[in-house]
Amino acid sequence: MNAPKPHKVPRVRSVPACAAGGMPTPAQDYTHRPWSNRRRSRRSLWRLFHARAWALRLALVGCLALGLPAVAAESTFELEPMTPNLADKPSLQRGMALFMNYCIGCHSLKFQRYERTADDLAIPHKVALTNLVFTEQQIGGLMETAMAPESAKNWFGAAPPDLTMVDRVRGTAWVYNMLKTFYVDEQRPFGVNNRVYPNIGMPHVLMDLQGTPIEDCRGYKPVDILDGEDAVVALSTGTVDREKNCNFIEVEPGTGLMTEEEFDQAAYDIANFLHYVGDPGRAERHRLGYWVLGFLALLFVFATMLNREYWKDVH
Amino acid sequence: MAESPPVRALPRLLIWLNARLPLTETVEYHATRYYAPKNFNFWYYFGILATVVLGIQLLTGIWLTMSYVPSGDGAFASVEYIMRDVEYGDIIRYVHSTGASAFFVVVYLHMFRGLAYGSYRAPRELLWLIGMGIYLVLMAEGFFGYLLPWGNMSFWGAQVIVSLVGAIPFVGPDLMEWVRGDYLMSEITLNRFFALHVVALPLALVGLVFLHIVALHHVGSNNPDGIEIKTNKDNNGIPKDGIPFHPYYTVHDFQATVAFLFVFCAVVFFAPEMFGYFLEKPNFERADPLKTPELIAPVWYFTPFYSMLRASTFPLFGLTAKFWGLVVMGAAILIPMMLPWLDRSPVKSMRYKGWISKVMLALFVLSFFVLGYLGTIHATPLTTAIAQIGTIIYFAYFLLMPWYTRVEKTKPPPERVT
Repeated sequence: MNAPKPHKVPRVRSVPACAAGGMPTPAQDYTHRPWSNRRRSRRSLWRLFHARAWALRLALVGCLALGLPAVAAESTFELEPMTPNLADKPSLQRGMALFMNYCIGCHSLKFQRYERTADDLAIPHKVALTNLVFTEQQIGGLMETAMAPESAKNWFGAAPPDLTMVDRVRGTAWVYNMLKTFYVDEQRPFGVNNRVYPNIGMPHVLMDLQGTPIEDCRGYKPVDILDGEDAVVALSTGTVDREKNCNFIEVEPGTGLMTEEEFDQAAYDIANFLHYVGDPGRAERHRLGYWVLGFLALLFVFATMLNREYWKDVH
Repeated sequence: MAESPPVRALPRLLIWLNARLPLTETVEYHATRYYAPKNFNFWYYFGILATVVLGIQLLTGIWLTMSYVPSGDGAFASVEYIMRDVEYGDIIRYVHSTGASAFFVVVYLHMFRGLAYGSYRAPRELLWLIGMGIYLVLMAEGFFGYLLPWGNMSFWGAQVIVSLVGAIPFVGPDLMEWVRGDYLMSEITLNRFFALHVVALPLALVGLVFLHIVALHHVGSNNPDGIEIKTNKDNNGIPKDGIPFHPYYTVHDFQATVAFLFVFCAVVFFAPEMFGYFLEKPNFERADPLKTPELIAPVWYFTPFYSMLRASTFPLFGLTAKFWGLVVMGAAILIPMMLPWLDRSPVKSMRYKGWISKVMLALFVLSFFVLGYLGTIHATPLTTAIAQIGTIIYFAYFLLMPWYTRVEKTKPPPERVT
């Protein structure tokens, strides 16, 4: 009776092309300047408006009514929250070690210097130079990648982006979740895909630590295209194709060097480290900030007393 | 006044100086013998606070210029160099970026005070116009300055605004090329914006602020009651309701400045991005002509006008919607200049005006906030409709003023300040 429904894996999620970051998608048309861009985005939103029917429309109205800063959501993937902790020096040190071992081969942190990083993270320069700097650079050097941009372009289609400010552009939770949501996908050139960053153009570098993450299907989602007697008949004869519930990533046991908890911690440490690199002055500003505000509060007391002293003459 | 007692008591250097420069005279004219109404309230702090922020911006601006590199290759990296390698560079930079927003906060509140108490009315029309001039220069400063970090939002924000010039009939495209100095936003554009931001406009700004203060001290300050204190003077010719600016308002303003700096520093030290409103996320990526940010939104202080620009969606008289958007936006920015001649009320202060004026002012403020918010999000048919209503209310406040200020019933203002 029914032609089998095409097998639908909820793999590629509707993420705005620009939000997916990194490389511009070839489908995007840049021949026109921003005015047309604005119209294009409005059109796409219009489509969204119709496709998602009333729930979204109501949500939008609700957001407006409440005045929530509904700065457009970047991805439909619900990010697991992650709170960075700049006071956790061991975590930052581990994060730096992981970054230097697994990431900097392709991704530079070219606005940040080794020396500043080592000092802020309480790593002695000698230790940093022998264990963390794998190029011939000196401690005062910028944290550049050894990979030549031209080669990178040949290998990956685009040079891997600098990550100095990835935390500021996308947020710490994004980095954390992105590191944790690679999964095997043989259709992709590097054999993996990513939940947070669909069609990501890089391999899963941490796979030897995490193990092989595979997309796991846990049973079937009920499909309510049929009901009553039709459903019974269809199910018993096996002619109905039920949609698989495939939103889970499971690691094949025994394939990784780390346990799940350890890998979560590793992802946390890297994200925490990138949070530090995004704005290395943050911790020091917070420390100073309390003194500054304390001083101003005290000054305010004296300013108030001075003001009162003068103004008692005015009637 | 050569032999008056205070002058004789002055040290010799001051006497020498006073013979060659009107030093004591100026201090007296502008501070110790400048009589300001004694009934200033909270709203009268924002003038001095704007001056404080101007000082902050000039000072931090000088220090930023010492390390900033105005070139396509160097700009973005030099800002990060300031953030990471210059001693306290991150604080200098955040003070400047927060200062830009703070400038608009205090200036908007200062302007609202003017609207509420009729500070634009005679004899203060020119004072108001000079103030509007300051506001225009400030907007230009904000706009040009925002391109300098050469982030992706800098680039695309400037691109959108500059492209508006192209909507002008006939001369538009050529004019746009002339403004950019290139066929697209480039290092040439960056360099001219830099020149304007750090030399031309600050000069204009300081000059206009000087004129603003001179004009203010010539006509005297308005006050929450909107009555002239100069009409009631004692035997010495001193306004009965006036008190010397120094020391009374200097200690008063000092207190306010400390309170302001507390809030200001809280932002600088703990939330310099202000959740994406002061520093937008895409601006932490280098300018990329091939990568349009998902949402191009100007910084919050331009968003009410940006909303009005986007709210113009239909062509008229054979001219494009974009051109009319430009016209609406320009008119919205300039129309407050007409205020002194639009307000026909017999009283100045909102305290004694009728209910229509009060409602219109409230609606005006509301529309400004709503338009401002809408300018930060994607436009949808719904938000565009709301923005169109907001635009109409915004203009109605001004254009209906000659009517509603004349017909409404006002209360008689008091003889003396309250």
